[in-house]
Amino acid sequence: MGILNYLLIAGASLVFPGIIIRTKSLLSGRKGPGIFQPLRDVWRLLRKGAVYSETTSFIFQIAPTVYFASVLMAIAMIPFGSRGGLISFPGDFVFFAYVLALGKFFMIIAALDTGSSFEGMGASREALYSLLAEPAFFILMGSFALLTGHTSFREIFGSLHFGSSISYAIGVLAAFVITLTALIENSRMPIDDPKTHLELTMVHEVMILDNSGFDLGLILQTGHLKFAMYGGLIANFFLTPGSELRYSIGIFLVIQGLFAVTIGVIESFMARFRMNHNPQYIFTLTSMSLLIFLGVLLLLGKIV
Amino acid sequence: MPIAGGRWKGYIAVAAVLANGVVSSGIAIRALAGRVFEERFNAGPILGELSIGVDALSGWFILLTNFTLLTGIVYGIRYLRPYEGNHARLGSHYCCYILNHVAMLGIFSIRHMLGFLCAWEIMTLSAFLMVIFDHGKMEVVKAGVSFFIQAHLSFIFLTVAFIWVRAHTGSYDLAAVSSYLSGAHPALGFLLFLLFFAGFGIKAGFVPFHTWLPYAHPAAPAHISGIMSGVLIKLGIFGILRIILLARGGYLLIGYTILVVSIVSGVYGVILAIVQHNLKRLLAYHSIENIGIIGIGIGLGCIGLGLKNTWLAFAGFGGALLHTLNHALFKSLLFYAAGTVYQGTHTMDIERLGGLVKRLPHTAVLFLVGSLAICGLPPFNGFISEFLIYSGLFHGMAANLETSTILLLAAVAGLALIGGLAMLCFTKAFGIIFLGSERHPLPEPLKEDIPRLFPGYLTVALIVAIGLLPTFFLRLAAPAIDLFTSGPGGRMPAGGEQASGAVIPFMVTLQTISTCTVSLLLVALTVFLIKKKLATRPGVRSSTWGCGYVAPSARLQYTANSFVRPLRKLIRPLLMMNKSEGVIEGIFPPGPIRSDTHPYDKLEAVLIDRPLRMLRRFLGGFRFLQNGSIPAYVLYGVVFIVLILVAPILADAVTYLFGLFKQV
Repeated sequence: MGILNYLLIAGASLVFPGIIIRTKSLLSGRKGPGIFQPLRDVWRLLRKGAVYSETTSFIFQIAPTVYFASVLMAIAMIPFGSRGGLISFPGDFVFFAYVLALGKFFMIIAALDTGSSFEGMGASREALYSLLAEPAFFILMGSFALLTGHTSFREIFGSLHFGSSISYAIGVLAAFVITLTALIENSRMPIDDPKTHLELTMVHEVMILDNSGFDLGLILQTGHLKFAMYGGLIANFFLTPGSELRYSIGIFLVIQGLFAVTIGVIESFMARFRMNHNPQYIFTLTSMSLLIFLGVLLLLGKIV
Repeated sequence: MPIAGGRWKGYIAVAAVLANGVVSSGIAIRALAGRVFEERFNAGPILGELSIGVDALSGWFILLTNFTLLTGIVYGIRYLRPYEGNHARLGSHYCCYILNHVAMLGIFSIRHMLGFLCAWEIMTLSAFLMVIFDHGKMEVVKAGVSFFIQAHLSFIFLTVAFIWVRAHTGSYDLAAVSSYLSGAHPALGFLLFLLFFAGFGIKAGFVPFHTWLPYAHPAAPAHISGIMSGVLIKLGIFGILRIILLARGGYLLIGYTILVVSIVSGVYGVILAIVQHNLKRLLAYHSIENIGIIGIGIGLGCIGLGLKNTWLAFAGFGGALLHTLNHALFKSLLFYAAGTVYQGTHTMDIERLGGLVKRLPHTAVLFLVGSLAICGLPPFNGFISEFLIYSGLFHGMAANLETSTILLLAAVAGLALIGGLAMLCFTKAFGIIFLGSERHPLPEPLKEDIPRLFPGYLTVALIVAIGLLPTFFLRLAAPAIDLFTSGPGGRMPAGGEQASGAVIPFMVTLQTISTCTVSLLLVALTVFLIKKKLATRPGVRSSTWGCGYVAPSARLQYTANSFVRPLRKLIRPLLMMNKSEGVIEGIFPPGPIRSDTHPYDKLEAVLIDRPLRMLRRFLGGFRFLQNGSIPAYVLYGVVFIVLILVAPILADAVTYLFGLFKQV
């Protein structure tokens, strides 16, 4: 069962960026490239030769690989409703978060490896944003552990009962928090603008300025996989336990599509925040997950 | 030792530590296997009957101490080779090292209050002498004295606590603490615990008792910093754990106290670590953070004991014990690497370093492994212990236990924040020091010879082993954990779950994790091989992209200070940054313009510096007494004698007067 989920996420990652770009082009009145264009770009890059800076060391060469592998590993933890992912054990979401952090660590030091001021700037921002987003995820998972009495992705999502109106509110809020986390982790609007042309205002793009060829292709594909991974996580809020497989797969695909379209819409109608406003914005995530925690406490009758 | 030649002194020291280690490890391993070592003998008229006992807890600490001290001395003899001509200094240094080792073993095993304090004092004195090895430098002596004073503060707290117990029970045996606590009022018991906690907390470096750490570690030679951070501060942890073993009840309050202090220590320690410019001081502040993580584990374990939840207790104490070992490993590794960097560059200022990966490739690898491990990232050992603590916390929340949920959530958020901050800290440290290009011209490159690298790689081997085979090490620690969860005193009530019941699911989970980490490595390796296969065209070497600017200089690189600036701005209220900046005038400023920032510990300013200043002002009022004229001093003497003579008469007079008044 887990392997099906894995393949679904991997498959979604192939068309995900295409849907975003298509949405954006349609909304701005252009026809836009085909849905598989980003995939073709990755494929082209994978076969190209690479240019390495003289300043770089072995870190720069292995970092994209570690990044890619870390996301592949993290996807294995994503559940599929009550059916569970490829790997599931109590506390798997801790492993999930830390394995993603491993990839991030390598990307940050790889950016510093080039000795470029721009990339150092991007690395600094990436490190800061991810550290600000971290507590929100853990508080969220802690609240769910409290609500459901389980400590693994599969069991938590398998036993999310929507009984009262508060639990609906919690579900919606949680999906919202995960969506925002996904936007931050993937460096999209309103935190970061992937289409900006100025190095000073980039976050993720500026970190990979010196990557080329296979490495760049790998990094781009990892980004797509990460999108689909978070999409899969969000879909879990809507996969009701016990429903038949064909419905589950349908719901999964619809949610992934909706997620991609949402990102396209957000990017079409919003401008990027000023860099120094980003930390405040990211920190609201933590307060929102605290709100979820309070909701759970209310639900359990721990505070009246 | 005094007669041996310079190099032989070192070999003798290694042999002594090795011999000590082998003998004590044998006892320790037997203790961990379930055969507790106990011995009583008459130790002369002062100490009376001295009892020595090595249980599983002592055994665990003895093993990690032996390993760290062995790698420390092997690294140390290479590190100290430049001082070979200085016989007296080297001789006393190695003597102190051996003495320190023995004293620590004594602390782990002596069950007699006076004996314990003696060993504690020997440990402090020998550590002090080792810290001031480089006593020609003023700041080293200052740091040493600061360590000396604060270590004795801890000594005073412990002495008072022991006197208290001795006065109430009349016994010097450590077990008397237990018998006193079982009879005493819970409030008094808690007060006694606080005394012990303050005493041991100073040694461990819990906030706000941490102020000696960031001075002593940078001042000491690298291998001494390594063992101080790796083992010496763990004596405090050992002491706290021992007291918890001796305590009877009241665990919930103890647990909450430790948990809150630890969360604060962890977050505050790492925040201060981030803004440091001195590599060794950064590592020292990071020790405070790790002590915080260990403390979270201990606090969680105590809450588990208080709530009679074996799972929580197991996860908490297991995580704490494992993290104690893990921290000893990666922190000593990082300090050895820092020592090599220091001897290769003669500076510890992060801003002056850069691009060292090309000059010291092995040291870079060692430092990278240490950094990844200390950030708690898989597949290294730090992840395992943090995972244990996390799973305990989440399990505690899932079990929906009485009132502690909010604190558990705070601990979860704190741990997550610490993890993120540690990542910022070590990407900065590793990235700025080892990567990029050299920021300042360096002296001729240092040779990375085998004696310098061997201790590091040995430690790395153990770090990777714990990361990949966690079940083996958890099983090794299990007897020590069982002491807490199901001690001989029957800690758990009859109806509670068996401790072994909690072990099995953990083992299964850790087995899964080790499968995951191995497969992670395999996936990474496969992708890397695919890349090698696909990249048929050789990679072109060119310069870093600089927006078309063709004359970049190394000083254009991002600095450590700018790397952490966004965070520094965010948490400004928590920090004290002493900043001095020049003003830029005109379009083409004439000379170079400086901008200096010096981070300072705000708590230290409030808790240590201000009372000191006030004390100095108060005592300054009496300065007129010391005026240097001999007649005045003679006068003081006369006044003093007269006072002594008159005081009893006055006292008698007063009592007589009072008597008279009473009659009226």
